[in-house]
Amino acid sequence: MIKFDNITKKYGETEVISGVNLEINDGEFVVLIGPSGCGKTTCLKMINRLVEPSSGTIFIDGEDISKKDPIELRRNIGYVIQQIGLFPHMTVRQNIELVPLLKKWPREKRLKRVEELLMLVGMPPEQFINRFPLELSGGQRQRVGVARALAADPEIILMDEPFSAIDPIARTQLQDELYELQEKLKKTIVFVTHDIDEALKLADRICIMKEGKVVQFDTPEEILKNPANEFVENLIGKKRLWKQPELMSVKDVMITNPVKALPSRTLTQAVEIMTESGVDSVLVVDNENRLLGIVTAENIRQNKDKARKLEEIYTRNLFTVRPEDSVLDVLKLMSQKRIGYVPVVDENNILKGLVTRSTLVNLLGESLE
Amino acid sequence: MVSEYINFIVQRMDDILLFSGQHLQLSFMAILIAISIGVPMGIIMTMIPGMSPFILGVANAVQAMPSLALMGFMVPLLGIGSTPSIVMVIVYALLPIIKNTYTGLTSIDRAIIEAGIGMGMTEFQLMTMVRIPLALPVIMAGIRIAAVMAVGYTTLAALIGAGGLGQLIYRGISMVNTKLILAGAVPAMILALLIDRVFFFLERKVMPKGIKL
Ligand SMILES: Nc1ncnc2c1ncn2[C@@H]1O[C@H](COP(=O)(O)OP(=O)(O)OP(=O)(O)O)[C@@H](O)[C@H]1O
Ligand SMILES: [Mg+2]
Repeated sequence: MIKFDNITKKYGETEVISGVNLEINDGEFVVLIGPSGCGKTTCLKMINRLVEPSSGTIFIDGEDISKKDPIELRRNIGYVIQQIGLFPHMTVRQNIELVPLLKKWPREKRLKRVEELLMLVGMPPEQFINRFPLELSGGQRQRVGVARALAADPEIILMDEPFSAIDPIARTQLQDELYELQEKLKKTIVFVTHDIDEALKLADRICIMKEGKVVQFDTPEEILKNPANEFVENLIGKKRLWKQPELMSVKDVMITNPVKALPSRTLTQAVEIMTESGVDSVLVVDNENRLLGIVTAENIRQNKDKARKLEEIYTRNLFTVRPEDSVLDVLKLMSQKRIGYVPVVDENNILKGLVTRSTLVNLLGESLE
Repeated sequence: MVSEYINFIVQRMDDILLFSGQHLQLSFMAILIAISIGVPMGIIMTMIPGMSPFILGVANAVQAMPSLALMGFMVPLLGIGSTPSIVMVIVYALLPIIKNTYTGLTSIDRAIIEAGIGMGMTEFQLMTMVRIPLALPVIMAGIRIAAVMAVGYTTLAALIGAGGLGQLIYRGISMVNTKLILAGAVPAMILALLIDRVFFFLERKVMPKGIKL
C-alpha cells in the first residue's frame, strides 16, 4: 500500500502540492488526472523519490520511504516516464534487462526474463530483441518502455502519460493491452494522464487533482454518478449525461429478434411479414441465419411483379456493426451516415440483432432523467 | 621549378622524415596528456555544480593568450627543449577537450537521464553506462580539434628548441630559403590533414551503434 500523509511540496515560495492525503491499495490501478501543471508528475516522482516532499510522509507498506535507500527503492519500483526515455545506444534487450542487471541477476535469468516480457507485450523476441530504439515504431517503443518497467517484477509501477505521444489507434490498442496485462499481473499501478477517457477505461479509482490538491478520489462509476463539484463535472463533461455509454455495448441495447426472411420468399410474402410485425423493412438471411441484405417496403412498392423473389431485389453490402461495439460509436456513425437502423452481426456474419435510432434515443432519454 | 623542388625534397628526405617523426611524437605525447587531463576534468565538472563556469573561464582565458607570450613564460619556468613545448601544446589542446567533454556529457536528453535515475542507477553507473557512451562522439570531436591544433602548435614550439618540422621552417626563414621553408611546411600540413582524417575515423568508430542508424 502506498500512503501519502499530508504531503506538501514547495518550489521556493510556490506551493505546487498542498496537503495531499492518498491511500493506494495493493493491486489497485489508480489514475491521476487533472489540468497541466496541477502536480501529477510531482506526486508520481515523490513515490520513487525523484522529488522529495517539503513536508509530510510517504509510506510504502507502512515504511517511511524517506528512510529508505533511494537507489534500492527505485530498483523495486517500475517507472515509465512521460517521454519513454529508452536508452538509444542500448538494444531492446539491454534496455529491458537494465534493472535486473543493476540487481546483479545472472545472465541466463536476465535473457529469459527479457524474452518472457517481449512475449508479454506482444513483440516476438527473435524479431525485436536486438533492435535499437530508433528501429522501432512509437507504439513498439512504448511497449518496450512498459516491459522495461516490469523487468524486475516490481510490485509498484509508475507510469507518467505513457501513451500521450502516440497516434489514437495505437493508443487504444496499448490501453487494451495494458488493461489485460493488469488483469493478469495485479500490480499496484499509478498512472498519470490528461485524458478522461483513458482514465475511465483503465482505472480502478481515479484521483482528480487541481492546483496541487486532490479534488475527488473515487471509482469511475462514483465519479460519473456523483461528481464532487463543478470542476469534476466539467472534466467528465458530457459523460455525466450518458453515465457510462462507453461501457454499454451494442449487445446491451439491440433488438434480438429482428424481422427476417429467406431470399426465396416472394415479394407478396415479404409484404405480409412486414405488415404482420408492423415494420417497414425485412432483413434477408440464409438458412444458417447469415445476413445477406435488406429489403424495404419502398423497394417492394417499386416492383410491379410481386411474384418475384427477394433474392432478385434485396440490397447487398449492408453497413453492419458488432455486438461488442460501443453504443456511442454506433450512434455517431448512424448520424453521420443518416441511417435509422443497423443490423448487428458476429464475425461470421451471423445475424444477432438490430439497433435502431429510436432504441438509442430512448436510452439517451433514460440517462437524462 | 617544380622538379627542382622535388629534387630538393628527395635530397632532404632523411631530414624530413626524421623531423616528421619527431613532430608526430611531440604532438602525440601532448595530445595524450591533454586527453588524460581534459576528459577527467570535463567529467568532474559535471559532478561539481558551479565549477564549470570557473574552469571554462580559465581555459578560455589561457587559450586567448598569444602563444608567443605563453612560450615566453614557459622558458624561464621550464627552460628550453621538448618539455616546455609539450606543456604549451597541452595547454592549447585542453580547451576543446574539456569543453566538448563537458558539453557532450551535459547535453544528453533529460528524459534519458531521468529514466536512468528513476530506474535506480547510481551516479557512477549513470556516468559509465549512459552519459559517457552517449557523449563519446562529441568528446572525440573535441579530441580531433585538439589533435589538429597540436600539430600546428608543435611547429611553433621549434622556436624553443623542441625539434620537429618547425625547425626546418625556421632554418629556411633565417637562411631566406623558400625551398627549405616549404620542405617543413608541406609535410606539416599533410600531417595535420592526416591526423584530422584518422581522428575523424575514430569519431565514427566510437559512435554508439543505435544512434548511427
Ligand atoms: N523543478 C521545479 N522547479 C520549480 N517548479 C517546478 C519544478 N517542477 C515542477 N514545477 C512546477 O510544479 C507544478 C506541477 O508540475 P508537474 O510537473 O507536477 O505538473 P503536471 O500535473 O505533471 O503537468 P503536466 O500535465 O503538464 O505534465 C507546475 O506548476 C510546475 O511548473
Ligand atoms: Mg506531468
